[in-house]
Amino acid sequence: MSLLEIRNLRVEFDTAKGPFRALDGVDYAVDAGEVLAIVGESGSGKSVAMLATMGLLPDSATITADKMEFEGLDLRTLTTKERRKVIGRDISMIFQEPIASLNPCFTVGFQLGETLKTHTELKGRQIKDRVVELLTSVGIPDPSGRLNAFPHQMSGGQCQRVMIAMAIACSPKLLIADEPTTALDVTIQKQILDLLVRLQQDSGMGLIMITHDMGVVAETADRVIVQYKGRKMEEADVLSLFENPQNPYTKALLSALPENATGDRLPTVSDFAEAGGF
Amino acid sequence: MSDDVILKVRDVYRTYDIKGGMFKKASRLTAVKGVSLDVERGSTLAVVGESGCGKSTLARMLTMIDAQTSGTIEIDGLPIDISKTGISKEMRQKVQIVFQNPYGSLNPRQKIGHVLEEPLLLNTDMPAAERRDLALQMLEKVGLQPEHYGRYPHMFSGGQRQRIAIARAIMMKPKLLVLDEPVSALDLSVQAQILNLLADLQEEMNLTYVFISHDLSVVRYIADKVMVMYFGEVVEYGTRDEVFDNPQHDYTKTLFAATPRADVDSIRKRLAARAA
Repeated sequence: MSLLEIRNLRVEFDTAKGPFRALDGVDYAVDAGEVLAIVGESGSGKSVAMLATMGLLPDSATITADKMEFEGLDLRTLTTKERRKVIGRDISMIFQEPIASLNPCFTVGFQLGETLKTHTELKGRQIKDRVVELLTSVGIPDPSGRLNAFPHQMSGGQCQRVMIAMAIACSPKLLIADEPTTALDVTIQKQILDLLVRLQQDSGMGLIMITHDMGVVAETADRVIVQYKGRKMEEADVLSLFENPQNPYTKALLSALPENATGDRLPTVSDFAEAGGF
Repeated sequence: MSDDVILKVRDVYRTYDIKGGMFKKASRLTAVKGVSLDVERGSTLAVVGESGCGKSTLARMLTMIDAQTSGTIEIDGLPIDISKTGISKEMRQKVQIVFQNPYGSLNPRQKIGHVLEEPLLLNTDMPAAERRDLALQMLEKVGLQPEHYGRYPHMFSGGQRQRIAIARAIMMKPKLLVLDEPVSALDLSVQAQILNLLADLQEEMNLTYVFISHDLSVVRYIADKVMVMYFGEVVEYGTRDEVFDNPQHDYTKTLFAATPRADVDSIRKRLAARAA
């Protein structure tokens, strides 16, 4: 049985011009210990799908699915209170802007402790010890000294490490990373990706990487879903996707990578759209 | 063409004085430390480095937004030192800049036509009808339609907005165009379109580019020469092939090692390591 299984997911937003369908009948499945990458350009619905899973979409969104199960638990029928028990403990998420995801008014030690206070039985001293342990595991130098640091006193890469520490605080079974390295420098990106993959391998959790960067996909994923305009274009394991892409859109994406450039001009997706008809 | 140097920078420093406060002593930060470079007409120099390495400060000095503390900058034979001589219209016309975030660099209440005409209005005595004609020609040149003339920035996609920013930058027919991360905010396929547009314009107008980026795959594609900066200093400077094939400095090597590889062999290697 898959860890997370979603079938025929549809998300519509009410807009002034009538309903807008952001996601049109997409299936997702992740197993424990697996890294799934969801790739697509902006507007492809890759973030919307995971926000729908987390129940984080605004009220203007209508979510329908034939199946939406996490470890056999039906996510569609959960009340807000029940959902809170799952979200943050068994499923957690990290976002693109690490500095914006942390509260500027509280120290990172306090914010990490809050997660533990909500979801675990730990108390006082135990919480502090666990927080130090978490900061150590994500590679923050001088973790006990950093407990009293505010987010603005840390760099973007360090804030992202704190976010990761917060996300793995309760040993989740599924971690969703929404463009975790887009705002970071290449050298920091490498460290963060290595950290995520190491944590994933050590704990055996499922990991969903949402990204638009084919390089990140190549470096981390086991399996890849390519999305375009709310539809799934292709799903394949990472090697076959890069070696032998089936869908014209995937081919277009891969050939638009500057490192794959052969001639004077880069092929663009619209060149393929006319020929491939997607 | 090799000795037709359009941009000559010699030993440029830029320091910022940081004011002290109640608990803080005043200090001095050197953002750019002794940068020297030459760019030939019609070629592209890529400046690479992580945030805070001084690459944008360098761009600000080249585009006369900021003055250098010491050292000389010469663009197309014209010495630039705005703290001493100020800026003349002639200097303005030599250099233009395109920023990373196209929406942030366009006035939301200004129609695209007026965005494009403004540089002409400020710098020339051209009559209105002529300005309009030029703006319409420019729209076509960067791959937009004449009907876009009367529209506002919010009606365009990110890629189209970047086209507009590029169009505005080349309205004055500059010799040198500084591109500060022009494709970082764009999707992969749109990025390809903009890079193609830049290549076309360079060929057509014999433009010289200083291309600031942290994306090495883009740099490898577009650059003739590459300069790597680290904490305000140039740690590597050479032709693209020299730098990519035989990096000398440790930081450059780290940078290359950190760049994700999207080729099949690397994926195979990673999967094998993971299975083991």
